[in-house]
Amino acid sequence: MGSVVRCDRYPYVTGSSVLGIKYKDGILLASDTAGCYGSTVRYKSVERLKRIGDNTILGASGEISDFQAITNLLDELITEDWMWDDGNKLGPFEIHNYLNRVMYNRRNKFDPLWNSLVLGGIKKGKKYLGMVSMIGVHFQDNHVATGFGNHLARPIFRDEWKEDMTLEEGVKLLEKCLLVLFYRDRSAINKFQMANVTEGGITITEPFALKVNWELEAFRNPTKGAEGSW
Amino acid sequence: MEPMAGGWMSAAHSMGTTILAVEYDEGVILGADSRTTTGVYVANRASDKITQLTDNVYICRSGSAADTQVVSDYVRYFLNQHTIQLGKEATVKTAANLVKELAYQNKSFLQAGMIVAGWDKYDGGSVYGIPLGGTLLRLPFSSGGSGSSYLYGFLDQAWRPNMSKDEAERFVVKSIALAIARDGASGGVVRTVTVNAHGVERNFFAGDKLPLFHEEISPGRNPLLA
Repeated sequence: MGSVVRCDRYPYVTGSSVLGIKYKDGILLASDTAGCYGSTVRYKSVERLKRIGDNTILGASGEISDFQAITNLLDELITEDWMWDDGNKLGPFEIHNYLNRVMYNRRNKFDPLWNSLVLGGIKKGKKYLGMVSMIGVHFQDNHVATGFGNHLARPIFRDEWKEDMTLEEGVKLLEKCLLVLFYRDRSAINKFQMANVTEGGITITEPFALKVNWELEAFRNPTKGAEGSW
Repeated sequence: MEPMAGGWMSAAHSMGTTILAVEYDEGVILGADSRTTTGVYVANRASDKITQLTDNVYICRSGSAADTQVVSDYVRYFLNQHTIQLGKEATVKTAANLVKELAYQNKSFLQAGMIVAGWDKYDGGSVYGIPLGGTLLRLPFSSGGSGSSYLYGFLDQAWRPNMSKDEAERFVVKSIALAIARDGASGGVVRTVTVNAHGVERNFFAGDKLPLFHEEISPGRNPLLA
């Protein structure tokens, strides 16, 4: 049996947007914890941010089973790297390259890993933040987002991101975007995680929720004076 | 859908199904309906969708009957060998990972939504959901199959951690019965399997043992003959 060309892949359990920004001390990633099954929010505690080694964090949107497979691959990569015991450790730039190779090669076989990956890290003072898509498109930037985040969060980042933000400023900016995504992305829920990587190490928060605002006067009676409208 | 159209005579066996597994204070309880359909025809009204993988690990099967039978058979075979080599009983995590591996690596071919649940001395009672695609998620409870759509609201509201065996079993039976009430692809009896440190217990709930819901009536004498 030769290798079969598989062109009938669709995602089943999916995660929505991942956001990433550089700030003064390192990188911040954010995502919600929903695993959707079509239009059903089937799983509400899916971790879509993972630590890779000591200095890199990975976030994924798209098919969760493929993200789990990628995490396994990277764990094996990191373990093998550690076993060399040569004073060298894979940094975020190397992981980015590795992931790019994996995603692009699968795309060439018409059997993609159905994910958009956000990778962030800092090694020897050099900050890195980048993205690899399911077809192997990859780039680095000061702020990145996947899926809906590209349309809703990136414009806010372009307006309000600046060099060397403090942790508070970075978190506030991400929370602002997460809230917009919760309002406007049907696959999003009000349960989020953030990941922070600095020279000091990696922190991935426990899930948290944001305060929502429905107290706009116009929401009370939106069709006033125009019955039948919405 | 035309019942008389020949489609159902040749359609694949599918388990429309409602399946459920919950962790309770001492272990896990698995539950399922018993209807297998080929198109609109009920091919088997008393199927057993809760299948044994090892002495202490069971699997709930939904989706294609053939696919899930083959996956269970392979995993039972692997676990059998693994237990001999290991010298002690396999863990629920191992069983679940084997099922996941088959489901993920063959995702283009399989239509299988499964729940692996059981008890081992390291993690106590564990429930692992393995939906289409081969994602593996350990959860306090998991539901699946076409009937599960009708249960999301009920489970969200009624599930609590650390229920007693009786509470948990009543919870599982009520859930499956609610799904059977609304899902045409689920029906028949409710089967439960309880797994804990002491062993395994199978139960069977049928007919008047099942709770009645909105607009359902209990059997009785014909009104004309009253």
